[in-house]
Amino acid sequence: MLSHGMKQTGSISLNHLQGVIFAILNPWVAIGILLLLAFFATYMTALSWADLTYVLPATSFGYVLLALVAKFLLHEQVSPMRWLGIALITGGVGFIAGGPSLTEHPHSSTKIPAGTSPRESGEGVLRANNAGVETPTSVER
Amino acid sequence: MKEIYTWSAILAIVFASVVGDVLLARAMKQVGDVGDLRRRAGLGVVILRTLGNGNFLLGVVAMAAAFFSLLFALSWGDVSLVAPAAASLTFIGNAVAAKIFLHERVDQRRWIAVVLVAAGVALLAG
Repeated sequence: MLSHGMKQTGSISLNHLQGVIFAILNPWVAIGILLLLAFFATYMTALSWADLTYVLPATSFGYVLLALVAKFLLHEQVSPMRWLGIALITGGVGFIAGGPSLTEHPHSSTKIPAGTSPRESGEGVLRANNAGVETPTSVER
Repeated sequence: MKEIYTWSAILAIVFASVVGDVLLARAMKQVGDVGDLRRRAGLGVVILRTLGNGNFLLGVVAMAAAFFSLLFALSWGDVSLVAPAAASLTFIGNAVAAKIFLHERVDQRRWIAVVLVAAGVALLAG
């Protein structure tokens, strides 16, 4: 849910910067900035739960959504090389999520000791993850 | 000559955004679990604690530096070179930096994912 929203906002605002911004200036820019802010906030939230090497590739899924939006909403041409790129990113994200069934739980990072089910209720996963992440400085402040 | 400028600007982007990402990640690890903190102390405390974190502020400065480097790079080179090169090199640099500075356990699975995503982004953005 969080990751989904993050990816969506990410893709939509990227989409703005590339194409729509030139066509319709003011309201779109305002929405774009708001979405970028929302993206940043959710990105920081995700970083508080999971590793950078986990969050960053997962965020790149926004590129895939961007390409799909460009194809189906803006009717842009998506070349075979771009489809290959989409496939590579999707594969990489699938790899890092430890299989497609876990993609909805980006905070259940691989730091969790093996055996912890990522299909627990959300809070259980969060706690488990928080305990599992190596954060020697997390008690500061 | 122009290529040297472009590539140094790309390297500047990569360096600044890697530094920014590492600082932001470290800041959020210091802030702690945002969801948990919000339940205990409220959203205002989360925001204040994040904005008051030194690493966070430095990270934002680094991100701004990356953005201006991007502007410089775009003034010297094509967007079809700058965007994919900077994006995919940033992924690789981040994996290395996260391993060294954040002591994250970057195992084989994550390396493969990073390389796949970097290649995919290079293809998509190009």
